[in-house]
Amino acid sequence: MIEVIEPGMYATIQDFGRLGYLKKGLTRGGPIDENAFLWGNYLLKNEAGAAQIEIVLGGSKFKFTSAAAVAVCGADVSLKLDNEDRNIWETFQVEAGQVLSIGPARSGLRAYLAVAGGIQVEPQWGSCATVKREQLGGHRGDGSALQKGDTLAIEPSTCELTQRIPWRYRPDYSKPPVLGLIPGFQYDQFAMAEREKLSFHEYKISQQSDRMGIRLEGPAIEYAGKGLVSEGINIGSVQVPPNGQPIIMMNDRQTLGGYPKLGNISPLDLSRLAQCRPGQTVQFTRVEVAKVQQQLTNYYDFFGITPACQTDH
Amino acid sequence: MKPSIVNAGADAVIVYFADEISIEANQRVLQLDSAIASSDLAILETVPAYSSLMVYYDITRHSDTDIRASIKAIIESLPELQQVNAEQGQTHVIPVYYDETVGPDLARIAELHGCSVEEVIERHCRDSYRVYALGFAPGFAYMGEVAEDLQAPRLDSPRTRIPAGSVAIAERQTAIYPLASPGGWNIIGRTTFPLYEPQKGILNQLNSGDTVRFKAISKDEFITAGGSVEAFE
Repeated sequence: MIEVIEPGMYATIQDFGRLGYLKKGLTRGGPIDENAFLWGNYLLKNEAGAAQIEIVLGGSKFKFTSAAAVAVCGADVSLKLDNEDRNIWETFQVEAGQVLSIGPARSGLRAYLAVAGGIQVEPQWGSCATVKREQLGGHRGDGSALQKGDTLAIEPSTCELTQRIPWRYRPDYSKPPVLGLIPGFQYDQFAMAEREKLSFHEYKISQQSDRMGIRLEGPAIEYAGKGLVSEGINIGSVQVPPNGQPIIMMNDRQTLGGYPKLGNISPLDLSRLAQCRPGQTVQFTRVEVAKVQQQLTNYYDFFGITPACQTDH
Repeated sequence: MKPSIVNAGADAVIVYFADEISIEANQRVLQLDSAIASSDLAILETVPAYSSLMVYYDITRHSDTDIRASIKAIIESLPELQQVNAEQGQTHVIPVYYDETVGPDLARIAELHGCSVEEVIERHCRDSYRVYALGFAPGFAYMGEVAEDLQAPRLDSPRTRIPAGSVAIAERQTAIYPLASPGGWNIIGRTTFPLYEPQKGILNQLNSGDTVRFKAISKDEFITAGGSVEAFE
Protein backbone atom coordinates (compact mmCIF):
# COMPACT_ATOMS: atom_id res chain seq x y z
CA MET A 1 0.00 0.00 0.00
CA ILE A 2 0.92 3.64 -0.34
CA GLU A 3 0.12 5.94 2.54
CA VAL A 4 -0.26 9.63 1.79
CA ILE A 5 1.84 11.53 4.31
CA GLU A 6 1.62 14.84 2.47
CA PRO A 7 -0.45 15.23 -0.71
CA GLY A 8 1.07 18.59 -1.69
CA MET A 9 -1.05 21.28 -3.32
CA TYR A 10 -3.29 19.01 -5.39
CA ALA A 11 -2.81 15.34 -6.15
CA THR A 12 -5.37 13.11 -7.86
CA ILE A 13 -5.71 9.57 -9.18
CA GLN A 14 -5.83 9.49 -12.98
CA ASP A 15 -6.03 6.63 -15.42
CA PHE A 16 -6.39 7.09 -19.20
CA GLY A 17 -9.83 8.62 -18.67
CA ARG A 18 -13.52 7.82 -18.93
CA LEU A 19 -14.32 7.07 -22.55
CA GLY A 20 -17.69 6.51 -24.17
CA TYR A 21 -19.98 8.60 -21.92
CA LEU A 22 -19.80 12.05 -23.52
CA LYS A 23 -23.33 11.42 -24.78
CA LYS A 24 -24.50 11.29 -21.15
CA GLY A 25 -22.52 14.35 -20.14
CA LEU A 26 -19.54 12.64 -18.49
CA THR A 27 -16.24 14.17 -19.47
CA ARG A 28 -13.04 12.18 -20.02
CA GLY A 29 -10.76 13.30 -17.19
CA GLY A 30 -7.40 11.52 -17.30
CA PRO A 31 -3.84 12.82 -17.32
CA ILE A 32 -3.59 16.28 -18.80
CA ASP A 33 0.07 15.64 -19.61
CA GLU A 34 -0.69 12.38 -21.36
CA ASN A 35 2.87 12.10 -22.66
CA ALA A 36 4.52 12.05 -19.21
CA PHE A 37 1.81 9.66 -17.98
CA LEU A 38 2.35 7.24 -20.86
CA TRP A 39 6.13 7.24 -20.36
CA GLY A 40 5.64 6.25 -16.71
CA ASN A 41 3.56 3.21 -17.62
CA TYR A 42 5.90 2.40 -20.49
CA LEU A 43 8.94 2.34 -18.18
CA LEU A 44 7.19 -0.02 -15.77
CA LYS A 45 5.73 -2.20 -18.55
CA ASN A 46 2.22 -1.39 -17.29
CA GLU A 47 -0.84 -1.23 -19.44
CA ALA A 48 -0.84 2.17 -21.19
CA GLY A 49 -3.78 3.43 -19.12
CA ALA A 50 -2.82 2.06 -15.65
CA ALA A 51 -3.75 4.49 -12.84
CA GLN A 52 -1.11 6.89 -11.49
CA ILE A 53 -1.01 9.90 -9.17
CA GLU A 54 -1.05 13.31 -10.87
CA ILE A 55 0.77 15.77 -8.63
CA VAL A 56 0.49 19.52 -9.17
CA LEU A 57 3.66 21.48 -8.31
CA GLY A 58 5.17 18.74 -6.12
CA GLY A 59 5.64 18.94 -2.37
CA SER A 60 4.22 15.44 -1.73
CA LYS A 61 5.33 12.58 0.53
CA PHE A 62 4.28 8.96 0.25
CA LYS A 63 5.11 6.05 2.54
CA PHE A 64 5.21 2.61 0.93
CA THR A 65 4.08 -0.30 3.12
CA SER A 66 5.08 -2.82 0.47
CA ALA A 67 7.98 -2.98 -1.98
CA ALA A 68 7.34 -1.46 -5.39
CA ALA A 69 8.98 -0.54 -8.67
CA VAL A 70 8.14 3.11 -9.34
CA ALA A 71 8.84 5.95 -11.78
CA VAL A 72 8.12 9.67 -11.67
CA CYS A 73 7.76 11.49 -15.00
CA GLY A 74 6.75 15.02 -15.95
CA ALA A 75 7.59 18.23 -14.09
CA ASP A 76 11.20 18.67 -13.05
CA VAL A 77 10.93 17.71 -9.39
CA SER A 78 13.65 16.50 -7.02
CA LEU A 79 13.09 13.02 -5.58
CA LYS A 80 14.27 11.68 -2.23
CA LEU A 81 13.83 8.10 -1.20
CA ASP A 82 14.26 8.44 2.56
CA ASN A 83 17.48 10.51 2.38
CA GLU A 84 18.83 9.36 -0.96
CA ASP A 85 18.40 11.15 -4.27
CA ARG A 86 16.52 9.48 -7.08
CA ASN A 87 15.99 10.63 -10.67
CA ILE A 88 12.84 11.41 -12.56
CA TRP A 89 12.16 9.73 -15.94
CA GLU A 90 13.60 6.43 -14.68
CA THR A 91 12.50 3.42 -12.64
CA PHE A 92 13.76 2.64 -9.14
CA GLN A 93 12.98 0.30 -6.29
CA VAL A 94 11.15 1.37 -3.14
CA GLU A 95 11.33 -1.00 -0.16
CA ALA A 96 8.54 -1.53 2.33
CA GLY A 97 8.67 1.23 4.96
CA GLN A 98 10.48 3.78 2.78
CA VAL A 99 9.24 7.31 2.20
CA LEU A 100 9.32 8.93 -1.24
CA SER A 101 9.44 12.74 -1.12
CA ILE A 102 8.66 14.73 -4.23
CA GLY A 103 10.14 18.22 -4.04
CA PRO A 104 8.75 21.43 -5.56
CA ALA A 105 8.75 21.56 -9.38
CA ARG A 106 11.63 23.59 -10.85
CA SER A 107 10.02 23.64 -14.27
CA GLY A 108 6.72 22.25 -15.46
CA LEU A 109 3.61 21.94 -13.38
CA ARG A 110 2.57 18.31 -13.06
CA ALA A 111 4.49 15.18 -12.09
CA TYR A 112 3.15 11.64 -12.41
CA LEU A 113 3.94 8.93 -9.89
CA ALA A 114 3.57 5.50 -11.49
CA VAL A 115 3.93 2.13 -9.76
CA ALA A 116 4.29 -1.27 -11.39
CA GLY A 117 0.84 -2.76 -11.94
CA GLY A 118 -0.84 0.62 -11.44
CA ILE A 119 -2.65 2.06 -8.41
CA GLN A 120 -5.60 -0.21 -7.65
CA VAL A 121 -8.80 1.83 -7.62
CA GLU A 122 -12.35 0.71 -8.31
CA PRO A 123 -13.50 2.09 -11.68
CA GLN A 124 -16.79 3.96 -12.12
CA TRP A 125 -18.19 3.89 -15.64
CA GLY A 126 -15.03 2.23 -16.83
CA SER A 127 -12.46 4.53 -15.25
CA CYS A 128 -11.08 5.75 -11.93
CA ALA A 129 -10.05 9.17 -13.33
CA THR A 130 -10.77 11.89 -10.78
CA VAL A 131 -13.10 14.63 -12.00
CA LYS A 132 -13.77 17.08 -9.18
CA ARG A 133 -16.59 18.93 -10.94
CA GLU A 134 -18.49 15.67 -11.51
CA GLN A 135 -17.84 14.40 -7.96
CA LEU A 136 -16.62 11.28 -9.67
CA GLY A 137 -13.58 9.00 -9.64
CA GLY A 138 -10.48 8.81 -7.50
CA HIS A 139 -9.81 6.53 -4.54
CA ARG A 140 -13.01 7.61 -2.74
CA GLY A 141 -15.13 7.57 -5.87
CA ASP A 142 -16.36 11.12 -5.23
CA GLY A 143 -13.91 13.21 -7.23
CA SER A 144 -11.87 14.27 -4.21
CA ALA A 145 -8.12 14.83 -4.26
CA LEU A 146 -5.69 12.84 -2.10
CA GLN A 147 -5.63 13.79 1.55
CA LYS A 148 -3.19 13.22 4.37
CA GLY A 149 -3.64 9.71 5.77
CA ASP A 150 -5.28 8.22 2.66
CA THR A 151 -4.12 4.76 1.68
CA LEU A 152 -3.89 3.45 -1.86
CA ALA A 153 -3.71 -0.20 -2.82
CA ILE A 154 -0.83 -1.40 -5.00
CA GLU A 155 0.57 -4.79 -5.94
CA PRO A 156 4.00 -5.56 -4.46
CA SER A 157 6.66 -5.52 -7.17
CA THR A 158 10.41 -5.40 -7.71
CA CYS A 159 12.48 -3.24 -10.00
CA GLU A 160 14.86 -5.68 -11.65
CA LEU A 161 16.72 -3.28 -13.87
CA THR A 162 16.64 0.52 -14.09
CA GLN A 163 14.77 1.69 -17.17
CA ARG A 164 15.35 5.27 -18.38
CA ILE A 165 13.75 7.57 -20.90
CA PRO A 166 16.49 8.71 -23.33
CA TRP A 167 17.35 12.39 -23.01
CA ARG A 168 16.09 13.27 -26.46
CA TYR A 169 12.54 12.34 -25.43
CA ARG A 170 12.53 14.41 -22.26
CA PRO A 171 10.71 17.69 -22.81
CA ASP A 172 12.19 20.98 -21.65
CA TYR A 173 9.21 22.58 -19.95
CA SER A 174 10.95 25.93 -19.46
CA LYS A 175 10.86 26.65 -23.22
CA PRO A 176 7.75 28.32 -24.68
CA PRO A 177 5.87 25.65 -26.67
CA VAL A 178 4.56 26.06 -30.19
CA LEU A 179 1.03 24.69 -30.37
CA GLY A 180 -0.29 23.26 -33.62
CA LEU A 181 -3.81 24.46 -34.45
CA ILE A 182 -6.03 22.33 -36.69
CA PRO A 183 -8.62 24.79 -38.05
CA GLY A 184 -12.13 23.55 -37.32
CA PHE A 185 -15.58 24.28 -35.88
CA GLN A 186 -16.33 27.99 -36.54
CA TYR A 187 -12.86 28.83 -37.97
CA ASP A 188 -14.34 30.01 -41.28
CA GLN A 189 -16.80 32.29 -39.50
CA PHE A 190 -14.02 34.34 -37.92
CA ALA A 191 -12.78 37.28 -40.01
CA MET A 192 -9.36 36.62 -41.58
CA ALA A 193 -7.61 39.26 -39.46
CA GLU A 194 -9.09 37.79 -36.27
CA ARG A 195 -8.19 34.17 -36.90
CA GLU A 196 -4.64 35.18 -37.89
CA LYS A 197 -4.06 36.81 -34.50
CA LEU A 198 -3.11 33.50 -32.91
CA SER A 199 -0.33 32.96 -35.45
CA PHE A 200 1.16 36.41 -35.13
CA HIS A 201 1.10 37.07 -31.41
CA GLU A 202 2.29 35.40 -28.27
CA TYR A 203 -0.29 34.54 -25.67
CA LYS A 204 0.35 34.25 -21.96
CA ILE A 205 -1.03 31.50 -19.69
CA SER A 206 -3.50 33.01 -17.23
CA GLN A 207 -3.58 32.32 -13.51
CA GLN A 208 -7.16 31.11 -13.94
CA SER A 209 -6.29 27.83 -15.60
CA ASP A 210 -7.19 24.38 -14.41
CA ARG A 211 -7.91 20.86 -15.62
CA MET A 212 -11.04 22.13 -17.38
CA GLY A 213 -9.45 24.81 -19.44
CA ILE A 214 -6.24 26.78 -19.87
CA ARG A 215 -7.01 30.45 -20.26
CA LEU A 216 -4.79 32.69 -22.33
CA GLU A 217 -4.14 36.41 -22.22
CA GLY A 218 -3.21 38.39 -25.32
CA PRO A 219 -4.71 40.37 -28.20
CA ALA A 220 -8.49 39.88 -28.08
CA ILE A 221 -10.01 37.86 -30.92
CA GLU A 222 -13.33 39.14 -32.14
CA TYR A 223 -16.13 36.89 -33.31
CA ALA A 224 -18.78 38.62 -35.36
CA GLY A 225 -20.51 35.47 -36.60
CA LYS A 226 -23.89 34.12 -35.61
CA GLY A 227 -24.54 33.11 -31.98
CA LEU A 228 -24.17 29.38 -31.40
CA VAL A 229 -26.52 26.67 -30.27
CA SER A 230 -24.68 24.47 -27.72
CA GLU A 231 -22.59 21.78 -29.40
CA GLY A 232 -19.87 19.24 -28.62
CA ILE A 233 -16.43 20.40 -27.46
CA ASN A 234 -13.24 18.39 -27.98
CA ILE A 235 -10.19 18.27 -25.74
CA GLY A 236 -7.89 20.90 -27.22
CA SER A 237 -10.74 23.03 -28.62
CA VAL A 238 -9.81 26.73 -28.71
CA GLN A 239 -12.88 28.58 -27.43
CA VAL A 240 -13.28 32.30 -27.89
CA PRO A 241 -15.64 33.79 -25.28
CA PRO A 242 -17.06 37.32 -25.70
CA ASN A 243 -14.00 38.96 -24.07
CA GLY A 244 -11.86 37.58 -26.92
CA GLN A 245 -9.34 35.83 -24.64
CA PRO A 246 -9.01 32.22 -25.86
CA ILE A 247 -9.52 29.22 -23.60
CA ILE A 248 -8.00 25.88 -24.57
CA MET A 249 -10.29 23.14 -23.30
CA MET A 250 -8.55 20.34 -21.40
CA ASN A 251 -9.47 16.88 -20.08
CA ASP A 252 -12.17 17.98 -17.60
CA ARG A 253 -13.97 20.20 -20.14
CA GLN A 254 -17.76 20.35 -20.11
CA THR A 255 -19.12 18.12 -22.90
CA LEU A 256 -21.28 20.80 -24.57
CA GLY A 257 -20.86 24.52 -24.87
CA GLY A 258 -21.96 27.52 -26.84
CA TYR A 259 -18.83 29.62 -27.41
CA PRO A 260 -17.35 29.81 -30.92
CA LYS A 261 -14.18 27.80 -31.49
CA LEU A 262 -11.26 28.38 -33.87
CA GLY A 263 -10.33 24.72 -34.05
CA ASN A 264 -8.30 22.31 -32.00
CA ILE A 265 -4.75 22.00 -30.72
CA SER A 266 -2.97 18.83 -31.79
CA PRO A 267 -3.26 16.24 -28.98
CA LEU A 268 0.52 15.83 -29.19
CA ASP A 269 1.03 19.48 -28.20
CA LEU A 270 -1.49 19.51 -25.35
CA SER A 271 0.90 17.64 -23.06
CA ARG A 272 3.41 20.49 -23.34
CA LEU A 273 0.65 23.03 -22.76
CA ALA A 274 -0.41 21.16 -19.62
CA GLN A 275 3.04 21.78 -18.16
CA CYS A 276 3.01 25.57 -18.74
CA ARG A 277 2.83 27.75 -15.69
CA PRO A 278 0.81 30.95 -15.39
CA GLY A 279 2.78 33.76 -17.03
CA GLN A 280 4.57 31.48 -19.52
CA THR A 281 3.99 32.31 -23.18
CA VAL A 282 2.83 30.06 -25.99
CA GLN A 283 2.87 30.41 -29.77
CA PHE A 284 0.59 28.91 -32.37
CA THR A 285 1.11 27.52 -35.82
CA ARG A 286 -1.38 26.04 -38.27
CA VAL A 287 -1.09 22.29 -38.84
CA GLU A 288 -2.74 19.93 -41.28
CA VAL A 289 -5.02 17.30 -39.80
CA ALA A 290 -3.56 14.59 -42.06
CA LYS A 291 -0.09 15.20 -40.66
CA VAL A 292 -1.30 15.18 -37.06
CA GLN A 293 -3.18 11.92 -37.65
CA GLN A 294 -0.04 10.32 -39.03
CA GLN A 295 1.98 11.41 -35.98
CA LEU A 296 -0.75 10.28 -33.60
CA THR A 297 -1.00 6.87 -35.22
CA ASN A 298 2.74 6.34 -34.68
CA TYR A 299 2.43 7.60 -31.11
CA TYR A 300 -0.48 5.23 -30.31
CA ASP A 301 1.45 2.41 -31.86
CA PHE A 302 4.58 3.13 -29.83
CA PHE A 303 2.70 3.28 -26.51
CA GLY A 304 0.40 0.38 -27.34
CA ILE A 305 -2.85 2.34 -27.29
CA THR A 306 -5.77 0.83 -29.16
CA PRO A 307 -8.64 3.29 -29.62
CA ALA A 308 -11.74 1.66 -28.11
CA CYS A 309 -14.53 1.53 -30.65
CA GLN A 310 -17.99 1.44 -29.24
CA THR A 311 -21.28 2.11 -30.77
CA ASP A 312 -23.58 1.94 -27.81
CA HIS A 313 -23.86 2.27 -24.05
CA MET B 1 -29.58 24.59 -44.57
CA LYS B 2 -27.62 21.77 -46.20
CA PRO B 3 -25.84 19.54 -43.69
CA SER B 4 -22.17 20.44 -43.38
CA ILE B 5 -19.31 18.32 -42.06
CA VAL B 6 -16.58 20.29 -40.31
CA ASN B 7 -13.33 19.29 -38.61
CA ALA B 8 -13.60 19.01 -34.82
CA GLY B 9 -10.05 18.00 -33.96
CA ALA B 10 -7.48 15.31 -34.72
CA ASP B 11 -9.98 12.53 -33.97
CA ALA B 12 -13.41 14.05 -34.63
CA VAL B 13 -15.72 15.76 -37.08
CA ILE B 14 -18.96 17.61 -36.40
CA VAL B 15 -22.05 17.52 -38.61
CA TYR B 16 -24.32 20.57 -38.57
CA PHE B 17 -27.93 20.22 -39.68
CA ALA B 18 -28.99 23.75 -38.75
CA ASP B 19 -27.64 26.78 -36.94
CA GLU B 20 -30.64 27.19 -34.70
CA ILE B 21 -32.89 25.07 -32.50
CA SER B 22 -35.54 23.08 -34.35
CA ILE B 23 -37.22 19.75 -33.74
CA GLU B 24 -36.51 18.69 -37.29
CA ALA B 25 -32.77 19.35 -37.04
CA ASN B 26 -32.67 17.51 -33.72
CA GLN B 27 -34.49 14.54 -35.24
CA ARG B 28 -31.99 14.53 -38.10
CA VAL B 29 -29.15 14.47 -35.56
CA LEU B 30 -30.59 11.38 -33.85
CA GLN B 31 -31.35 9.75 -37.18
CA LEU B 32 -27.73 10.16 -38.28
CA ASP B 33 -26.48 9.03 -34.87
CA SER B 34 -28.29 5.71 -35.12
CA ALA B 35 -27.34 5.27 -38.78
CA ILE B 36 -23.68 5.76 -37.87
CA ALA B 37 -23.99 3.35 -34.94
CA SER B 38 -25.28 0.61 -37.22
CA SER B 39 -22.73 1.33 -39.97
CA ASP B 40 -19.40 -0.49 -40.16
CA LEU B 41 -17.39 2.66 -39.43
CA ALA B 42 -14.89 2.52 -36.54
CA ILE B 43 -16.55 5.05 -34.25
CA LEU B 44 -15.32 5.78 -30.71
CA GLU B 45 -18.29 7.81 -29.54
CA THR B 46 -20.76 10.45 -30.64
CA VAL B 47 -22.14 13.60 -29.02
CA PRO B 48 -25.59 14.57 -30.23
CA ALA B 49 -26.57 18.17 -29.44
CA TYR B 50 -29.44 20.45 -30.55
CA SER B 51 -28.61 20.58 -34.22
CA SER B 52 -25.19 18.98 -34.49
CA LEU B 53 -23.63 15.56 -34.10
CA MET B 54 -19.99 15.28 -33.10
CA VAL B 55 -18.38 12.02 -34.16
CA TYR B 56 -15.14 10.67 -32.64
CA TYR B 57 -13.55 8.02 -34.82
CA ASP B 58 -10.58 5.66 -34.82
CA ILE B 59 -7.86 7.52 -36.73
CA THR B 60 -5.89 4.31 -37.14
CA ARG B 61 -8.71 3.11 -39.41
CA HIS B 62 -10.11 6.25 -41.04
CA SER B 63 -8.48 9.46 -42.21
CA ASP B 64 -10.22 12.85 -41.93
CA THR B 65 -10.97 12.80 -45.68
CA ASP B 66 -12.22 9.22 -45.56
CA ILE B 67 -14.59 9.71 -42.60
CA ARG B 68 -16.09 12.86 -44.15
CA ALA B 69 -16.84 10.99 -47.36
CA SER B 70 -18.35 8.05 -45.45
CA ILE B 71 -20.55 10.28 -43.29
CA LYS B 72 -21.62 12.30 -46.33
CA ALA B 73 -22.74 9.07 -48.00
CA ILE B 74 -24.70 8.03 -44.88
CA ILE B 75 -26.41 11.44 -44.72
CA GLU B 76 -27.42 11.16 -48.38
CA SER B 77 -28.89 7.72 -47.79
CA LEU B 78 -30.99 8.80 -44.78
CA PRO B 79 -34.71 8.37 -45.41
CA GLU B 80 -36.96 11.44 -45.20
CA LEU B 81 -38.24 12.18 -41.73
CA GLN B 82 -41.74 10.70 -41.66
CA GLN B 83 -43.30 13.62 -39.86
CA VAL B 84 -41.85 16.26 -37.67
CA ASN B 85 -43.96 15.19 -34.69
CA ALA B 86 -42.84 11.58 -34.77
CA GLU B 87 -41.63 10.80 -31.27
CA GLN B 88 -38.43 8.81 -31.18
CA GLY B 89 -37.95 8.41 -27.46
CA GLN B 90 -39.56 7.45 -24.19
CA THR B 91 -41.87 9.60 -22.09
CA HIS B 92 -40.96 10.48 -18.50
CA VAL B 93 -43.13 12.14 -15.86
CA ILE B 94 -41.03 14.12 -13.40
CA PRO B 95 -42.59 15.07 -10.04
CA VAL B 96 -41.76 18.59 -8.92
CA TYR B 97 -42.37 20.38 -5.64
CA TYR B 98 -43.05 23.95 -6.76
CA ASP B 99 -42.79 26.38 -3.89
CA GLU B 100 -41.06 29.68 -3.20
CA THR B 101 -38.80 28.08 -0.57
CA VAL B 102 -37.24 25.85 -3.24
CA GLY B 103 -38.19 27.98 -6.25
CA PRO B 104 -37.08 31.52 -5.45
CA ASP B 105 -37.79 32.83 -8.97
CA LEU B 106 -41.47 31.77 -9.15
CA ALA B 107 -42.71 35.19 -8.06
CA ARG B 108 -40.45 37.06 -10.47
CA ILE B 109 -41.64 34.99 -13.44
CA ALA B 110 -45.26 35.55 -12.34
CA GLU B 111 -44.62 39.28 -12.21
CA LEU B 112 -42.91 39.22 -15.62
CA HIS B 113 -45.99 37.68 -17.21
CA GLY B 114 -48.59 39.45 -15.05
CA CYS B 115 -49.96 36.18 -13.69
CA SER B 116 -50.09 34.34 -10.39
CA VAL B 117 -47.48 31.89 -9.08
CA GLU B 118 -50.11 29.13 -9.45
CA GLU B 119 -50.42 29.98 -13.14
CA VAL B 120 -46.65 29.78 -13.59
CA ILE B 121 -46.76 26.25 -12.13
CA GLU B 122 -49.74 25.26 -14.30
CA ARG B 123 -47.95 26.53 -17.39
CA HIS B 124 -44.80 24.55 -16.63
CA CYS B 125 -46.88 21.36 -16.18
CA ARG B 126 -49.13 22.11 -19.15
CA ASP B 127 -46.72 21.35 -22.01
CA SER B 128 -44.53 18.37 -22.72
CA TYR B 129 -40.88 19.02 -23.47
CA ARG B 130 -38.44 17.38 -25.82
CA VAL B 131 -34.98 16.42 -24.58
CA TYR B 132 -32.78 18.15 -27.17
CA ALA B 133 -29.40 17.35 -25.74
CA LEU B 134 -27.61 15.93 -22.72
CA GLY B 135 -24.39 17.33 -21.53
CA PHE B 136 -22.55 20.33 -20.19
CA ALA B 137 -22.53 18.36 -16.90
CA PRO B 138 -23.45 14.71 -16.21
CA GLY B 139 -27.19 14.22 -16.19
CA PHE B 140 -27.96 17.73 -17.43
CA ALA B 141 -30.75 17.59 -20.03
CA TYR B 142 -31.62 20.59 -22.19
CA MET B 143 -35.40 20.53 -22.69
CA GLY B 144 -37.67 22.72 -24.74
CA GLU B 145 -39.49 24.60 -25.82
CA VAL B 146 -40.82 26.68 -22.98
CA ALA B 147 -43.98 28.53 -24.04
CA GLU B 148 -43.81 32.28 -24.51
CA ASP B 149 -46.05 32.92 -21.50
CA LEU B 150 -43.48 31.24 -19.26
CA GLN B 151 -40.09 32.23 -20.73
CA ALA B 152 -37.71 34.23 -18.56
CA PRO B 153 -34.22 35.57 -19.23
CA ARG B 154 -31.20 34.28 -17.30
CA LEU B 155 -30.33 36.11 -14.07
CA ASP B 156 -28.03 39.11 -14.44
CA SER B 157 -25.69 37.56 -11.94
CA PRO B 158 -25.54 33.78 -11.48
CA ARG B 159 -26.18 32.30 -8.03
CA THR B 160 -23.11 30.73 -6.46
CA ARG B 161 -24.95 27.59 -5.37
CA ILE B 162 -28.08 25.97 -6.70
CA PRO B 163 -29.14 22.79 -4.83
CA ALA B 164 -29.24 19.48 -6.72
CA GLY B 165 -32.66 18.69 -8.20
CA SER B 166 -33.53 22.34 -8.83
CA VAL B 167 -35.92 22.77 -11.77
CA ALA B 168 -35.07 25.77 -13.88
CA ILE B 169 -36.06 27.92 -16.84
CA ALA B 170 -33.88 30.05 -19.13
CA GLU B 171 -35.43 31.64 -22.21
CA ARG B 172 -36.98 28.80 -24.22
CA GLN B 173 -35.29 26.03 -22.24
CA THR B 174 -36.05 24.14 -19.07
CA ALA B 175 -33.73 21.81 -17.17
CA ILE B 176 -32.91 20.23 -13.83
CA TYR B 177 -29.58 20.78 -12.04
CA PRO B 178 -28.30 17.23 -11.36
CA LEU B 179 -25.65 18.38 -8.86
CA ALA B 180 -25.34 21.42 -6.66
CA SER B 181 -23.59 24.02 -8.80
CA PRO B 182 -23.45 27.71 -9.62
CA GLY B 183 -26.01 28.80 -12.21
CA GLY B 184 -27.91 31.66 -13.76
CA TRP B 185 -31.21 30.00 -14.65
CA ASN B 186 -34.53 30.84 -12.95
CA ILE B 187 -35.35 28.30 -10.25
CA ILE B 188 -39.00 27.33 -9.90
CA GLY B 189 -39.04 24.07 -7.94
CA ARG B 190 -37.23 20.91 -6.92
CA THR B 191 -37.44 17.22 -7.82
CA THR B 192 -36.18 13.93 -6.39
CA PHE B 193 -36.05 12.40 -9.89
CA PRO B 194 -32.63 10.68 -9.98
CA LEU B 195 -30.38 12.25 -12.60
CA TYR B 196 -26.84 11.72 -11.43
CA GLU B 197 -25.71 9.92 -8.30
CA PRO B 198 -22.18 8.71 -9.01
CA GLN B 199 -21.87 6.84 -5.69
CA LYS B 200 -24.89 4.72 -6.60
CA GLY B 201 -23.97 4.40 -10.25
CA ILE B 202 -27.02 6.38 -11.33
CA LEU B 203 -26.64 8.30 -14.57
CA ASN B 204 -29.47 10.06 -16.30
CA GLN B 205 -32.35 7.93 -17.54
CA LEU B 206 -33.21 10.65 -20.03
CA ASN B 207 -31.98 10.45 -23.61
CA SER B 208 -32.01 12.88 -26.51
CA GLY B 209 -35.36 12.66 -28.24
CA ASP B 210 -37.27 11.65 -25.07
CA THR B 211 -40.38 13.50 -23.93
CA VAL B 212 -40.71 14.94 -20.43
CA ARG B 213 -43.77 16.16 -18.53
CA PHE B 214 -43.61 17.79 -15.14
CA LYS B 215 -46.17 17.00 -12.43
CA ALA B 216 -46.73 19.21 -9.37
CA ILE B 217 -46.54 17.38 -6.04
CA SER B 218 -47.16 18.50 -2.47
CA LYS B 219 -44.51 19.18 0.13
CA ASP B 220 -45.48 15.93 1.91
CA GLU B 221 -45.12 13.86 -1.25
CA PHE B 222 -41.78 15.52 -1.95
CA ILE B 223 -40.44 14.84 1.55
CA THR B 224 -41.75 11.24 1.47
CA ALA B 225 -39.87 10.71 -1.79
CA GLY B 226 -36.68 11.76 -0.01
CA GLY B 227 -36.70 15.43 -1.01
CA SER B 228 -34.91 18.12 0.94
CA VAL B 229 -36.28 21.63 1.36
CA GLU B 230 -32.80 23.04 1.99
CA ALA B 231 -33.15 26.77 1.45
CA PHE B 232 -31.09 28.94 -0.88
CA GLU B 233 -28.08 30.69 0.57
